[in-house]
Amino acid sequence: MSDAAARAPARSSSKARPALLNALQVGLPAIALLVMLAIIFSIRPAAMSYFGFHLLFKLSVPLVFAALAQMMVIMLGDIDLSNGAFVGLITCVTALYLQDAPALALLCYLVLIAVYAGFGLLIHSRQLPSIIVTLGMSFIWLGIAVILLPAPGGSAPAWLASFMSWQPPLMPLSIWLAALAALAGHLVISRSSYGVVLRGAGGNPRAVERAGWSVIGIRVAVYAAAGLLACLAGLTLTGLTTSGDANVAPAYTLLGVGAVILGGGAFTGGVVSPVGTVVGALTLSLAGSLLSFLQVPPTWQIGAQGVILFLVLAGRVLLSERAR
Amino acid sequence: MTRRLSLAPWTYGFIVALAMWLATTAYSGIGSAGATLSGALAFGAFSVVVGTGQMFVVASGPGNIDLSVPSVLTLAAYVSMTVMQGSDGMLLPGLLAALAVGAVAGAANFLAIVALRLPPIIATLAWSFVFQSLAFNLGGQATLKPPAGLSRFTSMSLGGVQFMPIAVMVLTLVAMIALKRTVWGRQVLATGQSEPAARLAGINVARVRLIAYMLCGTAAALAGFLLAGFSGGAALNMGDAYLMESIAVVVLGGTSVAGGQANAIGIWGAALFFNLMSTMLNTFGIQAGVRFLLTGVLIILIVALVPRPRVR
Repeated sequence: MSDAAARAPARSSSKARPALLNALQVGLPAIALLVMLAIIFSIRPAAMSYFGFHLLFKLSVPLVFAALAQMMVIMLGDIDLSNGAFVGLITCVTALYLQDAPALALLCYLVLIAVYAGFGLLIHSRQLPSIIVTLGMSFIWLGIAVILLPAPGGSAPAWLASFMSWQPPLMPLSIWLAALAALAGHLVISRSSYGVVLRGAGGNPRAVERAGWSVIGIRVAVYAAAGLLACLAGLTLTGLTTSGDANVAPAYTLLGVGAVILGGGAFTGGVVSPVGTVVGALTLSLAGSLLSFLQVPPTWQIGAQGVILFLVLAGRVLLSERAR
Repeated sequence: MTRRLSLAPWTYGFIVALAMWLATTAYSGIGSAGATLSGALAFGAFSVVVGTGQMFVVASGPGNIDLSVPSVLTLAAYVSMTVMQGSDGMLLPGLLAALAVGAVAGAANFLAIVALRLPPIIATLAWSFVFQSLAFNLGGQATLKPPAGLSRFTSMSLGGVQFMPIAVMVLTLVAMIALKRTVWGRQVLATGQSEPAARLAGINVARVRLIAYMLCGTAAALAGFLLAGFSGGAALNMGDAYLMESIAVVVLGGTSVAGGQANAIGIWGAALFFNLMSTMLNTFGIQAGVRFLLTGVLIILIVALVPRPRVR
């Protein structure tokens, strides 16, 4: 990669730079991820196995989906502060109804996704700041979740729990799901012609409107897709914890934002990378394990996560400066 | 555009707050009206201090926001309680220590934003993890007790009127004057409206923002210092509620998230609205879930219904 970095700008800088920057943006969290894994494996070589990977990445599955949901919203130039609360609500619905009344649970999911998309419509049609509307939404999701399930409880359907502990061939389930999600996101958002329009709706809505697309329609659809991804996060999380809890995932909101930015996304809208986001989410969820492997005292672990976030992002600045 | 009923956006918070106060009073009798209001004023004062700092940051340009407010508040409370060790004689050094923590934290936030070219959300979030860790190491799970003098000061009242809310109102007034009349205040708004234009006009944009972030950190630290005195000590989760609240009071108070436009009085309206609402819903005996739900609906309704001035 360094060879390409040295040669590409000299040849055709105008064309090569976006591709190069793109590669760096995705590459950097991936490098961070590899460094972390290398440290963990050097301390505990036994972790370098199917089962080791399974344990290390087990809890990353819901975060990957939550981060992708956040990415959809950030792609539109908005931000979603209700993401974590929504995931918590989904775990409550799942733990309460999916086992005994699957039809009711499905109906709940659909209604919630529709409401979520409705807020997306409200934000656009009244030109409201998404940060405050989604802040209000987070209270609404939390409220509904607490009404449904005042204390953590319920139970995950057996098939969901056993799916989450399923050990597929070749790679652990968490890696399969992350890879599939990244591939699907890459094909739809980064590669397809429809993806260009989707990103355009965030980066330059007027141009997309002029080209004959309905920006309202796109925005509602993207919000609905974000709701669906957050649903998947809630479902997989319930499969892991086997219970519902309104307050299980508030951290997902900001971790998801962190993953999107680590993966090369920008708040300006239109600039996101699904592969980068997935790798960013894996990096952030591995950071916790790394710190306990390094025997960082618990009181310093949160702080060390902040430092890791800084280090990876600082690397991005250094690399992009060199690319220039 | 048609001229509608021309109420300034920031008045809505006060109107809703008043309605809630009346509803609470109607429910639990006229005798409790004073207690309800003074409670809301006391708790509202903390939200206002934190919100005023956040307002300067938000006004300094689109995307500028400080998520480290709760952790700075907690860290400053721990540092000052450690400095004072419960002795009244150390009040001033304790206060200065708290303010210094806030100013340094604000500068650190801004430095990360500029040096690493990070979006403020991410930079302040990463710092907040670090500050949280520092507070954790300083105090652990234990609650550090405040000096008796500080507790007395925070709940002191002169002739039935609490002193602290009045002091915070003076602070709001100072913030208003700073925004409207001082060079730095005008520069913040100019920077927030258009950074390139402000740059061309010869404004040192970086310095203006640095001061905004340092003020925000200092305000959070002051709130932490006072809150520790008011609520009987520094505790690890004392700042948690202020993350969302500091943003909500600023935006509901009429400050534009897009920057370039700020309102200091409006923060009081929004802070009273928040505190009176929770008092009202508590008085009505409404369960926690419904309370959250109504809070969310009201936030969205207010933002959706209040006409916003167009800054172009």
